Amino acid sequence: MLYEQELKTFVEGTTNFFEVAAQQPASIGSPYLMEGPPAVHEYTGVIKISGKREGVVYFTAPKAMLTVLLMKMQENDFSHETMRDLVGEVANTISGNARRDFGRDFVISVPSVLSGEKPEIPQKPGQRSFIIPINWRSHSAKLVVSLA
Amino acid sequence: MSDGTMNGNGKRSFKLMIVDDSNIMRRRIERSQQFEELQLVGSAANGLEALELFKKTDPDVVTMDITMPQMDGIECIGQLVALKPAIRILVISALADKATAVEAMERGANGFLNKPFTDRQLNEAIAELMR
Repeated sequence: MLYEQELKTFVEGTTNFFEVAAQQPASIGSPYLMEGPPAVHEYTGVIKISGKREGVVYFTAPKAMLTVLLMKMQENDFSHETMRDLVGEVANTISGNARRDFGRDFVISVPSVLSGEKPEIPQKPGQRSFIIPINWRSHSAKLVVSLA
Repeated sequence: MSDGTMNGNGKRSFKLMIVDDSNIMRRRIERSQQFEELQLVGSAANGLEALELFKKTDPDVVTMDITMPQMDGIECIGQLVALKPAIRILVISALADKATAVEAMERGANGFLNKPFTDRQLNEAIAELMR
């Protein structure tokens, strides 16, 4: 089960990422319970969580947003591989930062990256997932947290 | 810290190796560090590659991610320090818990910088490392 304070950790981590790495704050919406199949955009960076908690955290974003994010990060490589690298790095950063509150036993995997229309998110059936909506420079993305 | 090498201008230069499984992050660190005396000798995507590159390039300064495939940064730090005690290692990681920072330092790292970071924070951390 995910508690409100724990969700706040991920909201803060997402806020911090965009403020520091993207040098432009994002508008982070209120988390809400996901209903139905996983909501994903064109690229998704997935972190498996194990140890004290189990589940997944993933960051999913459209190519257009990632392109602008790369530009803000002074990148000029907008290839498919770089997009994959970026979503993985975002998911990794936010998940790793969560250890500030969750502690060392919140074990994060190396990122796996999914792209395409209907990627399979490695999620346990029946496990509740919360969506944290992200709006940045008129683009929308999501951080999804699914922890037991 | 190792003495580095004297370059043609009579100044000391130090060899830098960047270790991170993200290409974007490796490029970012290379681009953002502002020390003329640091010469990039190579980048590695995991601890195993870093050890191979170390044997070929003998870096003086290393930036090291932790969460990487095949061999993580903590293991790699221990092995690098065993091979070259004077090496200086700055951990650059998203892992924000104190225990990880402590473990990295106990293995022989000399500094710890959390991701995400600004250019200023990166350069301050490197400056501290090279004192």
